[in-house]
This record gives sequence, structure tokens and C-alpha cells, in this order.
Amino acid sequence: MSSPLALDVADLSKKYGDRMALSHANFEVPMGSICGFVGPNGSGKTTTIRMLLGLITPTTGGGHVLGESITEPEKYLPRVGAMIEGPAFYPALTGFQNLNVLAKIGGFSTDLIAGLLDLVGLGDRGNSKYKTYSLGMKQRLGIAAALLPNPKLLVLDEPTNGLDPAGIHEIRTLLRKLADSGTTVFVSSHLLSEIEMISDHLVMLRLGKVIFAGKTIDLLAKQQPVIVAKPENISDLNKLAQIATAAGHQATITENTVHVTGTSDFSAKLNKAAFEAGITLESLTPVKASLEDTFFEMTGE
Amino acid sequence: MWNVLRAELTKLRRPSLSVSTLLAVTFVTSLITSVLFLLVDSPEGNGERGVRISRDVLSLPTGISLSFTNTAGLLGVVALCVFAAQTAQEYTYGTLRNLLVRQPSRMKILIGKLGAMKLFAIVMVAFSAIVGIALSYLFAGVKDISTQAWSTSDAKTAVWHSFINVLIATIGYGIFGMILGLLFRSPISAISIGVIWNLIFEGLLSAFVKNIDRYFPGQLLSIVAQGGTDRISYQYALFTSYGFLLGGLAIVAFLFKKRDVAN
Repeated sequence: MSSPLALDVADLSKKYGDRMALSHANFEVPMGSICGFVGPNGSGKTTTIRMLLGLITPTTGGGHVLGESITEPEKYLPRVGAMIEGPAFYPALTGFQNLNVLAKIGGFSTDLIAGLLDLVGLGDRGNSKYKTYSLGMKQRLGIAAALLPNPKLLVLDEPTNGLDPAGIHEIRTLLRKLADSGTTVFVSSHLLSEIEMISDHLVMLRLGKVIFAGKTIDLLAKQQPVIVAKPENISDLNKLAQIATAAGHQATITENTVHVTGTSDFSAKLNKAAFEAGITLESLTPVKASLEDTFFEMTGE
Repeated sequence: MWNVLRAELTKLRRPSLSVSTLLAVTFVTSLITSVLFLLVDSPEGNGERGVRISRDVLSLPTGISLSFTNTAGLLGVVALCVFAAQTAQEYTYGTLRNLLVRQPSRMKILIGKLGAMKLFAIVMVAFSAIVGIALSYLFAGVKDISTQAWSTSDAKTAVWHSFINVLIATIGYGIFGMILGLLFRSPISAISIGVIWNLIFEGLLSAFVKNIDRYFPGQLLSIVAQGGTDRISYQYALFTSYGFLLGGLAIVAFLFKKRDVAN
């Protein structure tokens, strides 16, 4: 039996005038997963998120969030936390007051606010006005606001924008912790290395179309791993490439190295063959395709 | 809806808004009251558009609330600015999306906001009434105007009627501000268009074109605040002005409900 779905969209489209912002999108996000939502600028990520949150009406198609149709957002939004297109708050109110406003509107307990401010590292700045916050602090407040409803689904648009490396690490840990406790996290980010580290599912958009939706490992597995071999003597580059080709692997020479397609299993064989041919290797490194490589390859960016 | 109202009050209570609004109310009420009483003997007049309001009129039971009644137009401008800014800033700050995620019913957002701003208007008008009446006593003493009739039951009734009428007018101006805020989605545009419309467009045309003020909501609201005039009845002013405003509100509420929130 397949796992229940936190999100599923079918044939979802949004058209602004003649421009198709999102075209016939189909994807599913299982409950309890961390799903990365990636795509170049203008690929339709924010449009999709806004449709899922009932902020804009789809032109065609539909979908479900936490089992409820996106045409009835009032049925699922009380269980959804969201930060869309960066944090947006009232500059003249403090961080605490801003969360208080949202807690009151949503009918959530205001007792949670202090704990949430602590959780995102704003415990000592909760009484400062929002307009005095740095970009990273604003981002943290946005995440705290998204956590107000103790959400079953957390939708975050670029949550690590403006955060320093330690802050990014904290957010990554927090998202993992939330997913472990059963919260589904749907996160868009430009930091593909971050997405690769935390997401077990992935939805990739390009020019308003879904070009991949599924498990991250399945996407990465489709990419050919590469072994980068560097001979001690540059004059051995061609000979080394011929050895790899003779063994049935594709080899290309790039600067002082030979790039051979193949899994890490072939590394030992290549090393042995090179040694037998009198070639001393300075280094031999199996390199797995990263999400960034895959992304650029698939989006053609 | 109640949740939205409570949340909205948190925003309206912030000192930068509440204190500055009450200061503005104090200023306009003091200005109108001081002109009314201190210029009572001036040949240029002491009322609206150079009208002379005599000592005898000020000594009547209605004299106690006259300055406060005359403040209605300027209180209305303050209300227009507050309602327009509070509505339109949700777009400029981008906070509307947060509100709609927490309360997807757009009508509840609108009604809750309007309810909170009406409460704010009540505080504003009550504050203006207190300042106006206190200064009226002070200036009446300075100008030797009799205040004997001000403590009668007729005076209390007059204060109460004035309060209700000024409140209705102030809320009406506020609703006009809210309509503009929803329509233009920018506080600066909404406020400037609202003020230009009320003070310049309506004001100038009414001064030069006979009877055109019968069709202008701003002019009719100021007549509501006065409790009607010889030319335009209270009922006509109330129902026509609120007819315009509620019609306008219904149109922008429909747009607000249907429009994509894409900023």
C-alpha cells in the first residue's frame, strides 16, 4: 500500500495573460517526507505554492493538501505552516507582537510564541521591533510564524535566504527534526547542496513544467558516476584514456585529468590496469553526480 | 472574524499609530474649538466657511457640543487616512498573504478589520468629544459666554446626538478610506486620492455648483454630523451617503474575494 500523501497536484496550471506560469503540473509528496522544490527563477515555484495555499486560483487542474481539495483551503490551512517569498511582517511591531497577531488570527495559543522564538534563536530579540532585525533574523521570525500552528505540513519558500552557515545548519537540523516527528516539509531553495542534504523527495520545475518528481536518490541514480584519474606524468593521459576505453568505459581528457564514466567498482580495475601499463596515478577519485550537476543538466541552465 | 478583530486591535494599539492619531485628534479639535470660541466676536466669522456663530447660539444647550460637531470633517480625514493605511499596508508589507494563510475566509478578514477600525473610530470620536467639551468650557470662561444651559438634560441629549452623528460620519469617511485602500493597494495613493477627493474635488464643486453636494458622500457625511440642514435632511444625507459607501464596499469586497494575492 502506498503511503498517504501530504500533497498531490493533477494537471495544475496557471496562466497570466498569454504567459503560462505553471503548465499542467503533476506531482505527489508523501506524508512525513522532506520534499525539495527546485527550479530556476521564474519557473513557477512560488505560483505553485500560492495555489496550494489558496492565495491564487488555478486556471485549470486541481490538487489536494493533507487530503483536502485546494478549492477549500479553510479545511487544511489550520494544519499548514507557511512562509512564502520571504518573511513579511509589520515593521513597527516587535517580533513577539507580530507572532501574536498571527496566533490570534489563526486561533492558536499565544503561550507558544516565547518557545518558538527560542527555537529559532530569537529568544533575546523577541521584544525588538521587526524593522531593527537583520535579514537572517527576519527569516528566522518567518520560520517561527510558520511553526505557529504546530503544522502537519510546512511550506517554506527559500527559508535559508540571508542566514549564515551556522544558521543554515540550524534550520537544516530543525527541518530534519520536524520531519522525524511526522511533519511534511515542502521546501523551495536555490541552495541545491542544502536541498540534496535534507530532501528525500524532489520536484523540479523548468519554464513552468515539472521535469522531475520523485525520490531524490532515484534522480541521482540516473546520473552516471565519474572517476577522475590523474597520472603522475602528463604524457600518460592519452594512454590512460585508451585503457579505460578498451575496458568499455567512456573517457575524456580534461586538463591534467582523465574523466571516466563508471561506478567506484571500476576504480580498482583502472588502478591495476594503469599500474600494469607502467602508469603511476597521482590520484584516483570516484565522484558522484551532485544535485547541482543534475539540475544544470536537466534544466539546461 | 473575532480572531481577526482581536489581531487587528493589536496593530491599532501600537503607540506609533494610536498616540499619533490621538495627537492629531487633539490638534484638530483644539483648532476648531479655539476658532469657534476665541473668534466669536470676529467679523470674519468663527464657523465653517466664514459663518458667524453668535454668543447666544453658543450659550444654548447645543453650544456644548458645537465645536465637537464642527470637528467631524477633520476627524473624518483622520479616519480616512487610518482606515486606508491599515488596509493598503497589508499589500505593501506583503502581510496579506500571512493573514490569508491563517484565515482563508477573505470576508472574515475584511469584516474583522472593519470592526476593529470602527472601535478605533469610537475611541477617536470619544476622545475628540472630551477634548472639545473641556476646551469649550475653558474658552467660554475666557470669552465670558454663559454655560448655564450646558448642564441641562437638553445639553446632555445634544452631546449624545452629536456623538452618534459624528461617529456615523467618521466611520463613513473611514469606510471610504478602506474602499480606496482595497482598490489602490497602496497607502500613499489611497490617502492622497481620498483627501484630494474629499477636500478639493467635493469641496470646490460644492462651493461652485448649486445642490451638487446632495450627491457627494463626503459632503453628505458632514451633513450627517451636523444632524441635517435646512436644505438637506438628516435621513437623506444618512441613507444616500451610506448607500454610496456600502455599494462601493460591496464592489471592492467582491474584488478582494476574487483577486489573486500575488505580491
